[in-house]
Formats: sequence, C-alpha cells, structure tokens
Amino acid sequence: MIHIQELTKYYGLKAAIRDISLDIERGKIVGLLGPNGAGKTTILRILTCYMQPTAGRVTVDGLDCRTQSLEVRKRIGFLPESVPLYTDLSVQAFLGFAGTIKGVGGGVLRRETDRVIEACGLRDHRKRLIKHLSKGLKQRVGLAQALIHDPPLLILDEPTTGLDPAQIIEVRNLIRELGGERTVLLSTHILPEVSQLCERVIILHNGRVRKEDTPANLARDIQHGLRTILSVDGPEDQVRRALAGLEGVTEVQPVEETPGEWVVQSGGDAALRTRMARLIVESGWGLREMRSSELSLEEVFLHLVTEESAGEGGDAS
Amino acid sequence: MNGIAGVFRKEMIITFTSPIFYAACFIFLLVSGYFFYSNTAYFSLLSFQAAQNPFLAQSLNLADMVIKPFFGDLAVILLLMLPLLTMRLYAEEKKAGTIELLFTYPVSDASVLAGKFFATVVVLLLMLAGTLPFMIILESMADLPWGIVASGYLGVTLMGSGFIALGVFTSSLTENQIVAAVISFGAILLFWALGWAKALAGPGLGAVLEHLSIIGHLDTFTQGLIDTRDVVFYGLFILFWLFLTLRFLNSRFWRG
Repeated sequence: MIHIQELTKYYGLKAAIRDISLDIERGKIVGLLGPNGAGKTTILRILTCYMQPTAGRVTVDGLDCRTQSLEVRKRIGFLPESVPLYTDLSVQAFLGFAGTIKGVGGGVLRRETDRVIEACGLRDHRKRLIKHLSKGLKQRVGLAQALIHDPPLLILDEPTTGLDPAQIIEVRNLIRELGGERTVLLSTHILPEVSQLCERVIILHNGRVRKEDTPANLARDIQHGLRTILSVDGPEDQVRRALAGLEGVTEVQPVEETPGEWVVQSGGDAALRTRMARLIVESGWGLREMRSSELSLEEVFLHLVTEESAGEGGDAS
Repeated sequence: MNGIAGVFRKEMIITFTSPIFYAACFIFLLVSGYFFYSNTAYFSLLSFQAAQNPFLAQSLNLADMVIKPFFGDLAVILLLMLPLLTMRLYAEEKKAGTIELLFTYPVSDASVLAGKFFATVVVLLLMLAGTLPFMIILESMADLPWGIVASGYLGVTLMGSGFIALGVFTSSLTENQIVAAVISFGAILLFWALGWAKALAGPGLGAVLEHLSIIGHLDTFTQGLIDTRDVVFYGLFILFWLFLTLRFLNSRFWRG
C-alpha cells in the first residue's frame, strides 16, 4: 500500500527525518511511535502530499506522491494533528464541503454523509456549528471528514491527543471499528495506544526508524529470558543471597517502593520458578506472591531510545 | 470543477455567517448612499440656478455631474472595504490550520484559488447590486443614460476584482489577517496614486506610470466607453496577482 524509499526531509539545516525506508501492507493498522520531534508528523505530511521530501520517493498504491499528487490524495483520508476544522460551518455543511471537494457528488454525497455521521456517532449533532462542539466531538468530525470519500488509506496524526480518558477510549474503539478493510497509519507518542490498536509498530527516534515489528515481538525481543516478581516475607539479605545463588538466576533486584518484593531476572527455564518457590518455603520464609512480568512497551521504548543515545555518544567521541 | 464549486460554496457560507461581511456592506451602502445624495442634491441645486442662467443650463449634464463622480466614489469606498473582505481568504486558513485540509484534499491549488476568488467577486457584485436602487430613484426623476450606468458598473466590477486578486495574494503571504489587509490596502493605494507621478517623471516613464494607474482606467468606463485597453489592463492585473498567489502557494514544496 505504502512504499517509502530513502526518505529525507530537511527543515533548513536540520534534518527532521533521515533515510527512512518502509513498506506498509494493505489492511493493517500500523502505528508510528516516537517522542515529540521524532519526525512522525513530517512523514505523514509527506505521505499526504502536504510537503515534498528533500530526497527519496513515496508511493501510495503505486502512485508517486510527487507527480501524481491528486490521485494519491483521492486515496487518503487524513486527520491532521491539531484537528483543524471550519468552525463556522455546521457539521453537515462541513462534511458536505469535504465530500464535494473529494469528488463525492449528488445523491451519493447525501448517503455518504449519513454513513459517516452514523459511523462517528454524530447523529444528534449534525446541525450544530462545529465551534460549539466539545473536543471529543470535534475529533469525531475530523474522523468523519477523513472518511467521507471511503478512502482505502486512513492517516491519523495523534488522534487521541488532548482528549479525556473516556474520550480516548471512544476514539480508539472508533478507529478500530472504522479500520475494517482499510489500511490505517496512525502516529502517537502514547505507548499503550499502539499496543492496543496496532498490528505493527514502527518506532522512530531522531528522524530514523529504530525498530519495526508487532507490539508483542518488540517486547519479547528486548526481554531476554524470564522476569519474575516475588513477594517474600523474610530477612532481606538472606533472601537476596539465596535467590541469587539459584542456578539460572542472572539478576536479583529489590522493588524500590515495596519492601520485600524482588524482581528476578533469569534464563528461559520455566522450572526455575518451581525451584524458587520451593527454596523460599523450605527456608521457612513466607511466599506472599509470585508472578511473571512482561516488559511493557514503555520499557521497550525507553530501552531502544537510551540504547541509541548511548550509541550516539560513542560516535561523537 | 468539483473543487471550485466546493470551495465557492464554503466561502459563501463563511462570508454570510461572518460579521465582517455585514459590517462592510452596511458601511459601504451608507457611505455610497451619502455620496450619491450629496451629488444629486448639488446637481438639483445647480438645476434651479440654471433656470435663471441659460449658459449654466447648457453645461448641466446628469452623466458628468452625478453618475461619473458616483462611480469614482464607489471606487474609493471599495478601496477601503475590499481588503477587509479578502484578508481572511488564506490567512484565516493558515492560522486555523485548515489549510492543511485544503492542501491534502484531492483538489488543485488553482481550483481552490478560483473558488475563493469567484466567491469574493460574487460578494462584490452583491454589494454593487445594493447601490442599484440609487439609479432607480434617479430614473424616476430624470432621464437616466442607462448605457453609461452599465459601463460604469462594469468598470467598477473589473477594478474591484483587481483589488480582490491583489488582496487574495497578500492574504496568501501571511497568517495574520491584519497584516494581509494592511499590505493589500497599501498596494492598492500605490497603484491608485501611480499616475500622480506622471508630471515629475519624464515623458516615457510618465506614460508608463499613467497606464499602470488603476484608477485612470476607470475613467473611460464612467464616460460610457468600453475600451479594450482598459478591459485588458484589468484582466491582466487580475491574472497577474492570481498567478503570483499560485506561485507563492507552490513555494511550500521547496522552501525549507
């Protein structure tokens, strides 16, 4: 669906993105993840033909963004980051305008307007002026205008920024529903969002792709072996020594906020947990809790980002 | 075509929901009405005096004393009003970020520009139509030379469209509406006054300046004369600014 080849964009002398190459398959929900300033918006703006890259090539459905811009734009529904809307228009008038411009005409326009109003839950608000809507409803109007011409590709730039938690969940569900057969590319700096929504994650940092994979694989990749959290009722020194002495345990760390809890990093052997439990019980201590802990996406992300900063520091010296 | 129609419709809705249009229209009609009244009243005063003075009666002429000055007055008021109607066209979209929608919809820059330009020209036509009752009142009292009136309206429309084209351009330069209005007001005023430097410049340059003067080309229209030179001047003036606007909008692709 989307093919990005050695994409580079400079703002003045500063490179926003450097040498990015990506392929995005049809029908997937893909997340662009990165801290602010990582180049997410730049990539999306180039994809939507709002900007042209300094170097490199982008094709959508085999159409070049530079030379066949109008054709590309017909296939894309775009929700920009700040959700700009014509606030003096009513929801219906605005969707009519968006539809007309996108080449949806006459009876089809009326039907499509009804469809997106229904899909985005705006039925009770169609006659209201956009400036009188709440932030969450505006976000829905933004999604509705992106969907009015039933595009095969939906591009959303930070679709949940600035919403309250209930609205965030609503919008996420909406995106999942609306996704359907479409390819959805969304950018975000909120990690749980990608793990909940996306089938594939592309992690960007300082204008480069750091990693791309499924959310689950990303976590697994970085996490070598097993992590177990233990809550033990016993003398701290002895517990630590005993745990560290077990065969296969690579690291024992106390959990800072809760005394008596330990994070035990070990090899891939699951039987180790049985031995841990036995050791604790046989030593006469109390085993209050034992659970396995997956590395969260936050940790994966931090891991990648810090890894790179360390690498960069090395380059500089 | 879809693009032009869509943008045109949107601009019309926004125009008619914004207070700027109503304020500008109100002031335009109020001031032009006052000018029309004072011209007509002065003309009727002279007419009474002409009853005693046959020489004066010969030089009295409705077209020269009421209609021609009236169109000149309209031009002055439009000079003040049109920058206020054009200032928001692009500046507002840039400020609000909606330009990002417009530039990512499947519509060419030229269609968007055409939609915006024609919408504002229609607003101008509506404002001018508001002054038609003055002519009808005059018709009820005197024998009105409708040909001159028609060519006068044509001239003012062409000139106003030129102001609009220039205003669209200045609006595309900035995201600040006031800045857009000030620049377009100043630029129109310069084009207006260009002819005044004729006497100071040499004969060659003087002629060029005179031909560039935006108000000089209105005179023939208000005399009832539709001269292709003037039509072409206004046409080129409009196209020139619209072309510059497109070039400037296009520069977003290569500016850093």
